[in-house]
Amino acid sequence: MFAFLSRRIGALVVILFGSSFILYNLAAISGDPLEALRTSVEPNAKQQIVTLTRTLQLDVPPPLRYFYWLRGILGGFAGHINFGMSRNGHSVTELIAGAIPVTIRLVTAATIIACILGITIGIVTALRQYSRFDYAMTFVSFLLFSLPVFWVAVLLKQYLAIRFNTFLSSPTVPPASIAFFAVAGGVFWSAVISGSRKRVLTIFGITAGVTALLLEGLSLLKWFSHPGFGPIVLGLLGVGVACGVTQLSTGLDNKVALRASLTVIALGVAGYYPANYAMRHYAHTSTILLLALFTIAISLLTGLIFAKIDRGAIMRTTTITGLIFGLLTLLDKLMQTWAPYMATDAINRRPVPTIGQNNSQVDPTNYWFMTLDTLMHLILPTLALLLISFAGYIRFTRGTLLEVLNSDYIRTARAKGLNERTVIMRHAFRNTLIPLSTIIVADFMGIIGGAIITESVFGWVGMGTLFRQGLLGFDLNLLMAVFFITASLAVLANLVSDLLYSALDPRIRVGAGK
Amino acid sequence: MFFRKKSGSLEAHRDSSDGAIANKEVEGLSQRQIVFRRFVRHRGAMISVFTLSSLILIVSTALDFKVGPWKIHGWWKYGISDIPDLRFKDCPNGEIGCPTFSLNPFGNRFGLGEHPFGQDDIGRDYLALVMRGAQRSLLVMFIIGTIGGTLGTVMGSITGFYRGKIDAILMRFTDFIITIPSIIIGSVVGYHYGNLGVTFLALYLGLFSWTGLSRLVRGEFLKLRELEFVDAARVAGASNRRIIFKHILPNAIGIIIVSVTLLMAGAILLETALSYIGFGVVAPDVSLGLLISQYQDSFTSRPWLFWYPGFFIVAIALSVNFIGDGLRDAFDPRQRRRISKKDRQRASEIIKESGSL
Repeated sequence: MFAFLSRRIGALVVILFGSSFILYNLAAISGDPLEALRTSVEPNAKQQIVTLTRTLQLDVPPPLRYFYWLRGILGGFAGHINFGMSRNGHSVTELIAGAIPVTIRLVTAATIIACILGITIGIVTALRQYSRFDYAMTFVSFLLFSLPVFWVAVLLKQYLAIRFNTFLSSPTVPPASIAFFAVAGGVFWSAVISGSRKRVLTIFGITAGVTALLLEGLSLLKWFSHPGFGPIVLGLLGVGVACGVTQLSTGLDNKVALRASLTVIALGVAGYYPANYAMRHYAHTSTILLLALFTIAISLLTGLIFAKIDRGAIMRTTTITGLIFGLLTLLDKLMQTWAPYMATDAINRRPVPTIGQNNSQVDPTNYWFMTLDTLMHLILPTLALLLISFAGYIRFTRGTLLEVLNSDYIRTARAKGLNERTVIMRHAFRNTLIPLSTIIVADFMGIIGGAIITESVFGWVGMGTLFRQGLLGFDLNLLMAVFFITASLAVLANLVSDLLYSALDPRIRVGAGK
Repeated sequence: MFFRKKSGSLEAHRDSSDGAIANKEVEGLSQRQIVFRRFVRHRGAMISVFTLSSLILIVSTALDFKVGPWKIHGWWKYGISDIPDLRFKDCPNGEIGCPTFSLNPFGNRFGLGEHPFGQDDIGRDYLALVMRGAQRSLLVMFIIGTIGGTLGTVMGSITGFYRGKIDAILMRFTDFIITIPSIIIGSVVGYHYGNLGVTFLALYLGLFSWTGLSRLVRGEFLKLRELEFVDAARVAGASNRRIIFKHILPNAIGIIIVSVTLLMAGAILLETALSYIGFGVVAPDVSLGLLISQYQDSFTSRPWLFWYPGFFIVAIALSVNFIGDGLRDAFDPRQRRRISKKDRQRASEIIKESGSL
């Protein structure tokens, strides 16, 4: 294992060294950073040329200059990495340090949501192979594959941001929209659940009716201008979450698991006011993290107390339930912040922004306003990245799950009398996750590439913007810094996915046989 | 609710009759015929083949082009450098240069009209611009597909067949290229060489787009070269060359064709994206991505400037993707199409008649 790892890392270093050398020279010989200054008529142009030549060491030929640059990078091992100076005299290291969190924030949210949604829909399409839902989802995923991200982004800006803002400024849902959403919801759920014609029609009727009533009720109660759950609704939602998680994780027949997760919900509702008090008076990220840790601890403890046998499964169930409930509580807190946030001058009742990464006019001392603001700015870019990437997950999950479901060990599992839930959740789904995990890691890097375009559409100042600046201004150090980081991430992602594969799949051993 | 139990015996029965149908279907057919039949049956793929070929025909014959001293006239009257007068008449809400394309058979201007897709800021005919952009996209798609496909197949075949030192060296070289995200290499190449013309840009991009395919082909070769028929050919005295071209490559062709189609669909999106951020095709040449980036701000006032190029990108990429999917289904031996109730009934009748059940 150690030999394998050291050999791979050695190869990585050589690869990075080689490709950075090639790109450095390629970029260096293809443009002259002084070109604009040479033809400039400014009186101090000569002076500027001399200064720039000195700071960027332009008098050194590129293949040699590369080693100056490399010395700065290798400084990373000694604790201070140095990417050199940009042509405006800023330290590239600082610029990059400011840009990385922005890009990571953009990419992480998109990846996580794309995974969850894509895998869920992929599973449903595989279980409902050749159904209408399957065909529809196949079409939708191909459509999403074929959409250019910049085109989607403009559409999102127009329809989601501008129209949705107009809706939110006086939020009443017109009857036509209610009818549309009711029919859409009915069609969706009846397609997902499917069955005989009578069953489909019943499900369509029920879900469409519930959707219509819900929308009408929320509209009448002015929920869209003053959203929130409150402890009672939160409790009801929690009971639903507990039942759902238990059904997926252990099955509702397991009364102990059900009781344990319902107890977690009860404890959660009891902790609603204390948690809200804490979030109001000690508004900080660390408070939320502490509360999350506390929730996990309580959930684990509840599971431990309730479970006599099958401890692991029950503790897992309670923990997942607890965490989802915690997220709902957080969401409730954010919703309570909504009405005052909307009323501030900085927002002026147009909450979904189309450009930028934060609103500088939002009161920086108010933690919840700032959080909400960050989230609102994330919505559109995340959605654009999400739409593009989650189609891949649908297709991949569907293909893998179908292959797994046809394998011998699934037949064995069915033959020994396991119920369908156990077969799918414990045997099929887990084996689907093995190839998926490696895809996710590789995809993360692909999304970083996609983020270059998304950032430029939505005006974020992240790695993509720096890259653009570097390319347009022949700013070699800036360009190489972005390249170096994305290339390192790519190579690392490759390594991690190999290791993950061997860790998850016992049939594959790394470094064996070579 | 999700997990409906299937009754076992019925399932087994169905499996055997499905197998019978599948066997019945392919009786006496060559592999090529089987693949072709499966492909023709894929409805999405057939619609896409039709759409794509008519798009190619319409797009490539739209504008005038020069072959040596001769000038071949396209079917559309305007070119991309003609600047007719901007239309003001008949436009709703005082828009300028609105599209005249109308599918309403009862309206007074049914048909294409003077400027079907409208006009841009200075009055150039937008249909001509979009056609030129689509030509560029198709050209880029085919060049990248050809170069990437050829390079990837050659690289993958060599590394997978010969293994050993050649494999190690070439795969490290592949890793080299994979480290650079395609959009980054595309930007560097496109920005610095984009002004040399779209063909050159596509050639360059093709040089960096073969890595994924070569890995796939290599894996397929590694798997196939260990199989019995390769041993048999070797024992019979076949040369390496013959084994590669006559025995292994035909077996790997499915994977190659499918990945090349996906590569082509990706190429269209890459080209338009690069042109959009300004590192691909540059003005005065026209590209669909460039058109969108130039006119995205006029979305509210003159939406057609934004919609038409986008439609063409989506139409081309979507049909290529669907063709790829149809090919994948056709080449996959495990793939069985959904067997309808009628087929099943007919098959069980056949089986009963022949007395095998």
